[in-house]
Amino acid sequence: MKIRGLILAAFTAILFLLHQDFWNWRTAHPLAFGFLPPGLTYHALYTLAAAVWMAVLVKLAWPSRLEQDAEDKRG
Amino acid sequence: MIAVLFVSLYLAAVLYIGIFAFRRSQKGGAEDFFLAGRSLGSFVFLFSLFGTHMTAFAILGSSGHAFANGIVTYSLMASSSAIVVPVLLFTLGTRLWAAGKKFGHFTPVQIFRDRWECSHTGTVIFAVQAVLLIPYILIGMIGGGTTLRVLSGGAIPYWAGSLLVAIVVMSYVIFGGMRGTAWVNTFQTLLFLTFGLAAVVVIGRGMGGFSATVESMLADPSLAPLLTRERIPPAIFFSYTFMPLSAIAFPHIGIFCLTAKRMAQFKRVVIFYPICLLIIWLPCVFLGTLANNATNVPAIQSKLAARQQQPATAETRAKANGDDVLVLLLEHYAPVWLTGLLGAGIMAAVMASDSQILALSTMFTEDVFAWYGHKERFGEAAQVTVGRIFIFLVTAVAYLVAQRTPAGIFELAGQYAFAGFSALVPLLVGALYWRGSTKYGALAATLWVAASVAAIACFQATFPPGIAYGPVQRTPAGTTVYGVLPVVPMTIVSALLMWLVSLATPKPSAATITRYFPDHSSSA
Repeated sequence: MKIRGLILAAFTAILFLLHQDFWNWRTAHPLAFGFLPPGLTYHALYTLAAAVWMAVLVKLAWPSRLEQDAEDKRG
Repeated sequence: MIAVLFVSLYLAAVLYIGIFAFRRSQKGGAEDFFLAGRSLGSFVFLFSLFGTHMTAFAILGSSGHAFANGIVTYSLMASSSAIVVPVLLFTLGTRLWAAGKKFGHFTPVQIFRDRWECSHTGTVIFAVQAVLLIPYILIGMIGGGTTLRVLSGGAIPYWAGSLLVAIVVMSYVIFGGMRGTAWVNTFQTLLFLTFGLAAVVVIGRGMGGFSATVESMLADPSLAPLLTRERIPPAIFFSYTFMPLSAIAFPHIGIFCLTAKRMAQFKRVVIFYPICLLIIWLPCVFLGTLANNATNVPAIQSKLAARQQQPATAETRAKANGDDVLVLLLEHYAPVWLTGLLGAGIMAAVMASDSQILALSTMFTEDVFAWYGHKERFGEAAQVTVGRIFIFLVTAVAYLVAQRTPAGIFELAGQYAFAGFSALVPLLVGALYWRGSTKYGALAATLWVAASVAAIACFQATFPPGIAYGPVQRTPAGTTVYGVLPVVPMTIVSALLMWLVSLATPKPSAATITRYFPDHSSSA
């Protein structure tokens, strides 16, 4: 369980670091769909990748015990 | 004026929703007014939380920033938020919800006081949060006034537009409380998500197609850099990844986390948040950038001319400010009826100051009024009444201050509110994850945040751009420290203070620590 948590945290950190796409800094070509520059295309795809990764985290690391604790105490 | 008619209809609809929510919450009580009875369902929780976070800053500020800096705006704030904000909601938002549900807390400060067994430290945190929240509330006022002025072609002056927005927001927050605010935010978010796409298509066609516009900009050496990131140094770009940390420390987001009926409702939020972000920010940034090529729009042409004037003064910078370019594009390229509909959509995003005003009221009535014994003395009904009076006062003060605020929306928010709240995140991490954290560590971090924000404000007010003192440099957009934005050292030092001071100071009682960090090993 702990190892899985560490792996997920490591992948989250890698995704975070991939935000710094220095290789796209001065690039204006190729244009995606004929009008989107690489700097914008990359980060649009990055945003979608973040959504997918959050779905993975929800599936594999959801802290359901927190809800159980809160309901037990309140109820 | 048809546009103004549509916006008026929209404002009437928003008022109706607020009043409808008021009828639904007749059972009264503080929890019902301030937290919607912790009963918000999945749909409202998702769109309202997103709408609460997205303000005039997302629509007007982003397009204005893109107008000056180009496509880099999207990666500076939107795509970094796409990973940072959902992770924060996943790790801290769920724990805030659990602590609120478990112990009946209404605000983060109540959690801090309970967790660290403190009183006055909580009051200091409240005061710093409240002061930092004011600029963010101003964004809505400024955005509302700006939008109505442009949509009406100047017929509604800035002061009257922001006054109208202030009155509408104040009314539905006072009557509808959290339930009204959440429903209005949901309506607003859906409205903008729907009409945003229409705006892109209409403006794109009006400009002669996106491909032709982009190719034209690439052929112009003065405009081509706007389609890359040349104008932003890598260190500044990196600095901006610290800004989204502020999301979870903003009181209106922290308090909103407590309104969910079940913790499972966070699941949809964390997954769909990046997608909603993409739908709103990408068109705003792209259109803001392309506005540089819209030289057939007279108002935009005068902004471009003001940008060229040297030396740049506060006056020329104000003239070149692009916070209204999206509305100007809309007004020029869209048919009148569609401009009205889309204008209403923009107003929807602009008017997000409601949740901040409500949050400030919740904080005041819970963290000050109730904490110092007035709830016991005067009763819960009096507490709600005080909350409503407080909403009126805050809105009135924010309106008056907004009349004297010339700064660009993006800069105003970035320099104070975002940096300050980002640097307060170590408090939440300490309280919710670290048994060893103490009230002294929290106090040290909070005082550091207050002092550093005040220092930046004084530095910027005193010295003109170009001045450097050691590692601290005054730039046209604000201040840098060792080449990065102040938010970076502010957050790092805040975390270090939280850690080191906590290590050296006495911990809360074992009973309190056990309540927040129960040992599951025996029950497993």
